[in-house]
Amino acid sequence: MYAQLVKSEGLKSREDMSPEERDFQDRVDNGEKIEPKDWMPEGYRKTLIRQIGQHAHSEIVGQLPEGNWITRAPTLERKAILLAKVQDEAGHGLYLYSAAETLGVSRDELLEKLHSGKMKYSSIFNYPTLNWADIGAVGWLVDGAAIMNQVPLQRTSFGPYSRAMIRICKEESFHQRQGYAIMMKMAAGTPEQKDMAQDALNRFWFPSLMMFGPSDKDSVHSAQSMAWKIKMNTNDELRQKFVNETVPQADYLGLKVPDDKLAWNEDKQGYDFSEPDWSEFFEVIKGNGPCNRERLNARVKAWDDGAWFREGLNAYADKAADRRKAAAVAAE
Amino acid sequence: MSGAQTTDAELKADPFMNDDAIRAAFFEWLCRMGDNALILGHRTSEWCGHGPVLEEDIALANTALDLIGHTQMWLGLAGEVEGKGRDADDLAYLRDAMKFHNLLLVELPKGDMAVTIMREFLFDAYHHLLLKWLAEHSTSPRVAEIAAKALKEVSYHLDRASDIVVRLGDGTEESHRRMQEALELLWPYTGEMFAGDNVDAALSGAGIAPELTGLQGLWDEDVRSILDEATLKTPEPGGYAHLGGKQGRHTEHLGFILAEMQFLQRAYPGASW
Amino acid sequence: MSKKEWPLWEVFIRGQHGLNHRHVGSLHAPDAEMAINHARDVYTRRREGVSIWVVPSKDITASSPSEKGPLFDPAESKTYRHPTFFDIPDEVGKM
Repeated sequence: MYAQLVKSEGLKSREDMSPEERDFQDRVDNGEKIEPKDWMPEGYRKTLIRQIGQHAHSEIVGQLPEGNWITRAPTLERKAILLAKVQDEAGHGLYLYSAAETLGVSRDELLEKLHSGKMKYSSIFNYPTLNWADIGAVGWLVDGAAIMNQVPLQRTSFGPYSRAMIRICKEESFHQRQGYAIMMKMAAGTPEQKDMAQDALNRFWFPSLMMFGPSDKDSVHSAQSMAWKIKMNTNDELRQKFVNETVPQADYLGLKVPDDKLAWNEDKQGYDFSEPDWSEFFEVIKGNGPCNRERLNARVKAWDDGAWFREGLNAYADKAADRRKAAAVAAE
Repeated sequence: MSGAQTTDAELKADPFMNDDAIRAAFFEWLCRMGDNALILGHRTSEWCGHGPVLEEDIALANTALDLIGHTQMWLGLAGEVEGKGRDADDLAYLRDAMKFHNLLLVELPKGDMAVTIMREFLFDAYHHLLLKWLAEHSTSPRVAEIAAKALKEVSYHLDRASDIVVRLGDGTEESHRRMQEALELLWPYTGEMFAGDNVDAALSGAGIAPELTGLQGLWDEDVRSILDEATLKTPEPGGYAHLGGKQGRHTEHLGFILAEMQFLQRAYPGASW
Repeated sequence: MSKKEWPLWEVFIRGQHGLNHRHVGSLHAPDAEMAINHARDVYTRRREGVSIWVVPSKDITASSPSEKGPLFDPAESKTYRHPTFFDIPDEVGKM
């Protein structure tokens, strides 16, 4: 998902909890929202910062693979739609950083951790977008997978995170559909266009499945995050749901999901499918994906090149404030 | 005739939509309007994902989106006037550089934020005056209608760009230096905005578009007052001006923009996207 | 060179006449005037008919927070931002 492998604490039993922790857990269990000024366990705060921060980083790094097609979009309307979508991702990053900031960390601190490699972003954005159908596939599959996770997160226990998710889900509902609309055009287009569409699906299928993270059925980290309602479903549940919803959509397009083991399982009322290559996933997380270096360098360059701009505007604001003060004193 | 109050009947009755005497000049002039928006929008969109801070990244994308919208309107009308069945996409994606009529100013590389913001400011100051005149005075209701729509957005572009020019000019030593350098780099490309040719003469003769020389004085005044406030030194007026964009003689940069922008349409002719 | 972060602002927007300003989120800006511009660009995505308040986050005094978070529907001028813009056939199912 946009937040993968977020470290949390081991699940605490009720007997091991302090009275404050018990009260806190009761509030969460009752579906109450936790707000920034409320008491919260330190582990909850830290886990949330890591999770929301990683999610925010994924949004802004996620601008890059699609952004590189804005100047090559094939019609004026497609160009406007893509630009609006990538702009939304910047907005979503902004909302999420804001949510993290209510927990006592600054956006600049989080960016510093992204730039130095101490914080991660979703593995999916380290894959390249090579043809125009990739823009369709990213919207359809990547946003589709993200929505699987984000819809339940609207009910997460932390108020600011929940509110950011609600706003994001509302804005993102067009993202997946615009992706699918591109895929429909391509799949029904010329033979070359259909090839592009199939090529995009071939390359993005397994990386999309990896977005949900490795199986976490037995993970104590996940158990604690689920008790705190900052993780709402297991990775496997979401992955299964994604496959179940996506396969018929691929069928409709007349495209083949690149998995020979894919088959409907009547008993579980879902598809059986192949696991992604998890060794590839861990390599990508470690920094060895096809685009890790480019993505991070692009973010660092944007930030470093913008330093004088941010400083210049700060300096003017300070001067203007001084001038206003001086004028007020003179008027007295 | 006021753009804001144009009725549907007046729009249909636009006297210039089927006027062979002015068709060629009108078409070329509309391409100039559309191409300026298209190419500046293209340059502005290059910042998406690379802005100096998230808020600015989002603001630049808004500007670019507005410009793409203007492109669709101007080139759409150009296609109608031409009457050969070409739509806005055909004009944007299937003309070569020599058939593009944008100002050289808008095709220069985006540079740093100083160049980007200074260019936007210099162009917006002109664009705003032009659209305001068109919305209020154009004898073509179709032109007045588009100008009125674009004017609202360009008013905001101009306010925003002016504000940032002042702030960066009067910010740190470095921001001041970069803004002054950007101004001097771009200044020789501003003269083209007011250098009229026979197309401009035909359009102003018909009352569709203004006399460009009439706008120049206002532009000088507006620009100078902001640059003064920004503590920047305005270059001498009447200096050397790079010309040719409006007539289709461009810098080397435009060819690369088009190679990128038109790639899919050129590689897969006739495909639907 | 100092590394001062732009201050954080809370943004309140009135979408239609007659309604109260509502908290929609926060953003960074060097001062109030720029915060207003940023708020337009980030939280309204269109320029007309809105009234915006910005308040430095540090100047907000909060009671014990138990209220439900306000939501604000940004008015949208670009129809393609809405899912209904894209025509997905019924056979495909819910998307």
